[in-house]
Amino acid sequence: MFGTTLLLAMREIRRHLMRSFLTTLGIIIGVAAVITMVTLGRGVTADIEEQISSLGSNLYIVFPVQGERGQFRAFDEDDVTAVREQIAGVKAVAGQVDQNVTAIHNGQDWETKVEGVSNDFMDARGIDMDDGRRFTPAEEQAGSNVCIIGPTVLEEIFIPGQSPVGERMRLNNVSCQVIGVFATRGSVGGGGDDDNSVFMPLTNVQRRFTGNNNIGYMVISYDSAYDGDTMTNSLIDLLRERRVLLAGQANDFDIVDTAAINETVASTVGTLTIMVAAIAAISLVVGGVGIMNIMLVSVTERTREIGIRLAIGALAREVRMQFLTEAVVLCCFGGLVGILLGFLLSFSLSSALGFPFVFDPFINILSFVISALIGIMFGYFPARRASMLDPIEALRHE
Amino acid sequence: MSSGPIIELEGITKTFGTGAAAFQALKGVNMSIQRGDFVAVMGPSGSGKSTTMNILGCLDVPTTGKFRFLGTEVQSLNKDQRSLLRRRYLGFVFQGFNLLARTTAVENVELPLVYRGASKSERHASAMRALDRVGLAPWAHHTPAELSGGQQQRVAIARALVTDPEVLLADEPTGNLDSERSIEIMEFLGELNRQGITILMVTHEPEMADFAKTIVHFKDGLVERVENGNRVRHGKHEGVTA
Ligand SMILES: Nc1ncnc2c1ncn2[C@@H]1O[C@H](COP(=O)(O)OP(=O)(O)OP(=O)(O)O)[C@@H](O)[C@H]1O
Ligand SMILES: [Mg+2]
Repeated sequence: MFGTTLLLAMREIRRHLMRSFLTTLGIIIGVAAVITMVTLGRGVTADIEEQISSLGSNLYIVFPVQGERGQFRAFDEDDVTAVREQIAGVKAVAGQVDQNVTAIHNGQDWETKVEGVSNDFMDARGIDMDDGRRFTPAEEQAGSNVCIIGPTVLEEIFIPGQSPVGERMRLNNVSCQVIGVFATRGSVGGGGDDDNSVFMPLTNVQRRFTGNNNIGYMVISYDSAYDGDTMTNSLIDLLRERRVLLAGQANDFDIVDTAAINETVASTVGTLTIMVAAIAAISLVVGGVGIMNIMLVSVTERTREIGIRLAIGALAREVRMQFLTEAVVLCCFGGLVGILLGFLLSFSLSSALGFPFVFDPFINILSFVISALIGIMFGYFPARRASMLDPIEALRHE
Repeated sequence: MSSGPIIELEGITKTFGTGAAAFQALKGVNMSIQRGDFVAVMGPSGSGKSTTMNILGCLDVPTTGKFRFLGTEVQSLNKDQRSLLRRRYLGFVFQGFNLLARTTAVENVELPLVYRGASKSERHASAMRALDRVGLAPWAHHTPAELSGGQQQRVAIARALVTDPEVLLADEPTGNLDSERSIEIMEFLGELNRQGITILMVTHEPEMADFAKTIVHFKDGLVERVENGNRVRHGKHEGVTA
């Protein structure tokens, strides 16, 4: 019986193909909008998460900010050592300092920056090697003239298709030997090209370029098994003590926790996604009203048919089921087309906008179920009206 | 089954509308119909023939009075219970065919079986058999628009027959047909009656009524007169008593 009802509904829909399509347009647009919004939201979140994780995960980045009297006070190697030795849960600590320089090789010059770093720094930030090797402990200790170049530098001033390892280059007037190429880090939050950089041992950069022992910022990678708040608090306490800040004086440094950023960004984008999807969902409801409208028209048009069915012995609930099935089939059809359209839209939009395409089966299934529910909700009233017709009156209807 | 009358009407009244606009279409109809009878209902327009047929067909309920069908008091049944009764025991041929448009003859005939829960193949086989009985098997896949009036009426009869009903009700089955087609239909109804189906039919034409065993004359919402016995063509039998 249900199979027959389903076939009947399909046939009725096929009979008015154009009208059925226009009727379901609201549902189609609603479902497509919801899916596109949610999928794009997922894509944006994934994109941002990827950028943040390119900073390295479970990482504190500590940098000086203006103190109360307007001064900057840089960190130095002693701060790095103190953090390494005194904070529980710290896996690696590394300082970094950088300066803009002109790199010269092969008669070409290129504006880049030199970063004073260490192997620890590369570990903490999760930077891999594309070619060559990292620093040796001896090179780090002595501050040798060796450098690891970024992909952009490689591309700009080195010979394509040929390993730069072993080549010599100049940074301003300091000559150094290339020992490796680091892998791309992507760019973090639009702050320039992180691949346009040359790494040298920290002490060497301090000695030859900046001329002091300052470090620009510290990266601290930590063990995520430790309690984050406790670690942050002891870090703040240690740094305040070392910088001799009195109670009541504001911190003249800032600590950024990548795990916390991740959470904040994810929840912000999540909230936005839900809001936009909710607005899109309104069009689903409007689509439901469209379905109800056409089903009411259909009941009126087919009054005679309903009369015949009732006279022949159909029960009220069988007639109701027939019209309800028709509405639900229409909505499910709309839901499916909407899912397809949403897939195409979100796929092409995310590639056009450069976000990753994150297919979310849950939202697709949910949209489908909701369109079916809308069919039941908005189809019920017309179906009930059909089933309550009086057979004699209905037969007399022209 | 019981040997009593298959249909009994007792003091049936039917009032349409309420208050000042109320109109009493039936004013106390009594009749009983034996199993196997072939009854023609005649009477002037507006005398309440269709109203009575609708009540007999369990499509409508009387305002007062008792309608016993196969021993069941129909006036006390609800809508769905009456639907089940129609589905099981009654075939109805409506005034003006009432076939589903844009639906083939065989699908029209299958319709009552859909509500009996028959399988698709059973439905199709029975529908084809019914169409064959009315001589329309070759037209099974034509829609009503492609059929003549007489053919449409025969499809309607096939639809009424397909469930093997106890009683066939027909409201002016030949109303829209020329006399040749009408006689064809009447002969067919006579044949069905000989096969054991009880038939009630409304007609305006005495020639058609001649095919019946019993003629009930309506006037002003009452049974005016019943003719039977003299219908020698089908022999003597107990028919309607008013
Ligand atoms: N639904 C209704 N509402 C109001 N009055 C009705 C309704 N149905 C029938 N009537 C009235 O009841 C009376 C009997 O109607 P009915 O249809 O039974 O007549 P009939 O004998 O079948 O006539 P005809 O030969 O013209 O078909 C008529 O006067 C008609 O106007
Ligand atoms: Mg009539």
